[in-house]
Amino acid sequence: MTRAPVNRIIDQSGVDGPGNRTVFFFQGCNFNCGYCHNPETIRMCMNCGDCVPACPAGALQIADGAVCFDAAKCRGCDTCIRLCRHDASPRIVWMTPEEAAATLERNRPFIRGVTVSGGECSLRRDFVCALFKSAKAMGLGTLMDSNGGYDFSRDPELLELCDGVMLDVKCADAAAHHALTGRPNEQVLRNLDFLVSAGKLEEARTVVVPGALPNENTVRYVCGRLAPYWAAGSDSGYKLIRFRPMGVRASYRENAMPDDALMERLRAIALEAGCPRAIVT
Amino acid sequence: MSLLSSVSEDAMRIVTDASLTHEQAMMNLSKLPGQCFYGFAPPPGFERMLTEGLISDLGEGYAPFCPRYLLPDYELFLKKGCRFLRIEPPTNLFEAIQALEMFYRHIPSITNFPVYLGRIDRLLQPFIRDEAEARYLIRHFLIFIDRTISDSYAHANIGPEATLAGEIILDCEYELQNAIPSVTLLYDPAATSDAFAAKCARNALACAKPSFANHAAYQNEYPVPYGIASCYNALPVGGGAYTLCRINLKAAAENAKDLDDLLERALPETVRAMCAFMDEKIRFLVEKSLFFRSSFLVQEGFLRRDLFTGMFGVVGLAECVNHLQALCGRPTERFGHSARADELGVAVMERLAELVNAHAAPYCAINGGHYSLHAQVGLDTDAGVSSGARIPIGDEIALYDHLRQAGRFHPFFHSGVGDIFPFEATCKKNPESLVDVIRGAFSVGMRYFSAYASDSDVIRITGYLVKRSDIEKLARGEAVRQDNVVWGLGEVRNSRILERKVRSL
Repeated sequence: MTRAPVNRIIDQSGVDGPGNRTVFFFQGCNFNCGYCHNPETIRMCMNCGDCVPACPAGALQIADGAVCFDAAKCRGCDTCIRLCRHDASPRIVWMTPEEAAATLERNRPFIRGVTVSGGECSLRRDFVCALFKSAKAMGLGTLMDSNGGYDFSRDPELLELCDGVMLDVKCADAAAHHALTGRPNEQVLRNLDFLVSAGKLEEARTVVVPGALPNENTVRYVCGRLAPYWAAGSDSGYKLIRFRPMGVRASYRENAMPDDALMERLRAIALEAGCPRAIVT
Repeated sequence: MSLLSSVSEDAMRIVTDASLTHEQAMMNLSKLPGQCFYGFAPPPGFERMLTEGLISDLGEGYAPFCPRYLLPDYELFLKKGCRFLRIEPPTNLFEAIQALEMFYRHIPSITNFPVYLGRIDRLLQPFIRDEAEARYLIRHFLIFIDRTISDSYAHANIGPEATLAGEIILDCEYELQNAIPSVTLLYDPAATSDAFAAKCARNALACAKPSFANHAAYQNEYPVPYGIASCYNALPVGGGAYTLCRINLKAAAENAKDLDDLLERALPETVRAMCAFMDEKIRFLVEKSLFFRSSFLVQEGFLRRDLFTGMFGVVGLAECVNHLQALCGRPTERFGHSARADELGVAVMERLAELVNAHAAPYCAINGGHYSLHAQVGLDTDAGVSSGARIPIGDEIALYDHLRQAGRFHPFFHSGVGDIFPFEATCKKNPESLVDVIRGAFSVGMRYFSAYASDSDVIRITGYLVKRSDIEKLARGEAVRQDNVVWGLGEVRNSRILERKVRSL
């Protein structure tokens, strides 16, 4: 049975794709971005047990050397994830795709689709395929929110089940990307080209951090690659996300938030390139 | 205190109240005589039930001279004009708007203002020739309504189909941020385009209008077309409601020893008295008072007596259930939070519907000869009694569970019911997500859905719209033009209206 570690389920979300959607956030990411807003989703729990005695609700226990989480007791105070020295979370529920599909079935009248996010959802490829299969049978849309590290071009089965990918293009510049994420960006950039050509790019996304990242360079690169498709009628969007220090690790927290003027200047580049949905958040 | 000195005291309070406009003072004064003489005899036991709070006559008094809610046939009016008012059938948009403005001035109701303004998009659409001109005229039409009808029970309907007139109305309301009129989209996913529904949701989040009515569920309620009037009252167009009286289920439960005593004694007694009271009032209204015999609205066919019904209002189902649960030693298994509590709520509503439907109501043929159940929104003076069958403010549950729960109870209320949900301001970026939620809500049985954003100035109180800024003004003792603001302030103070659970999307 394909289980996946689910960090969080949001039953109703208007910020993870079109309309109202249910979103599954998986635990575990193969990138390690300085500006990650949910650093506690990056690694898997090492069972060090530091968080167990600190939990004020008694929702954590050690059993057979592993940290166990009791969702019913959790009050969501975040003490455990603040305490964790490994960018992990003990609040993980290992779910089967069938259990996840049961959640979708309950929410089905009120949503138009499901979005899988992270961590990195492509690391849970088999689970995602199974869940999307169920979602399709319910008439729901299916979107992935991905860091782009996965080679989508080699997985036609997944792509068939997935309506579109919301692809992070963090930096077009290879060195800047590596410095930010600890990973190269070739696969990400190949995915940008491949997904848009396959009609599977829901949107590209770039987080804007003034002073720290070559923002304009990235925006110009993405727009340059997508412009021919936009000109040919593609409705792939481009979302420009303001860096926000909330939840970010201390090492990156001191960076400034971009002002409206910068965001609008970048958005103007996308509009000029013919982007039909250039969104600033 | 003698009746006379009580009335004198009320009159004195009204004429010296500097927070009332002239119009409000006049209307308050006009209600006093009807409180102290009887045009008809209330049935035995009624006065006691009134005093005990089991029943409220909602301030209609005992000598009504006009039905409570009127839904004139405005289409007919625009087609043939009005002899009595010497208004010719309009030939262009300017004339159509002016004709309606003149006509509205002469439509009475319990509020002394029209509570139904018609399906204004459909009324105006055939006259639109030039979009720019239409935008100019419709904008001023809406301003005229806000400034002359000082009461947000005035309710306009739009949809279900998208029209240019509908688009213009939405654009104007979005810009104007007026509390008046209320607007409802008659929403049917099969007839309303997704883009138009999304625009309506955008507006709801910006200015609390329109609300969404479940058109597919409502359109078969009467053998004639319906309209949404006043709060969210679904009534036959060309008719309306003679009267609305209400039972307080919380008081009824407190009056009973246990569930059985409630279902087999307290409810039947109260329903019997309330129906008898409504019967007498309607007979007086139809047979003795002036309206149906002399109003030009009736004589020229804009209203027909045979399209009226009576509304049997209900409040406090949640508190009724919670009281019964406490009696059974289950105080934590509250309405909305426990399957057993909700089952109990269904049992109470089923019994109530059975009792009301067993009563033969006079002059109510359009509703099958019976009174129609209505989820009354409450009064500003109510404390600790929730509107209709709503889950109490402060006790709300997760959104989808809440909608499903409401969907179980809405179908009981043929003449109107609704729930209200404030959403976080971020939802404005994705109004389609709100449409998804509303469509889902209707698919699980809900009949009426109101939304507003947590940062919006115009908000829905219980069944009407008020500007928050006006409530603040009135709280400082300043007069405000719109009469509902008084009730809004009372609801804010007594019913924690501003503390509704804000939903995120």
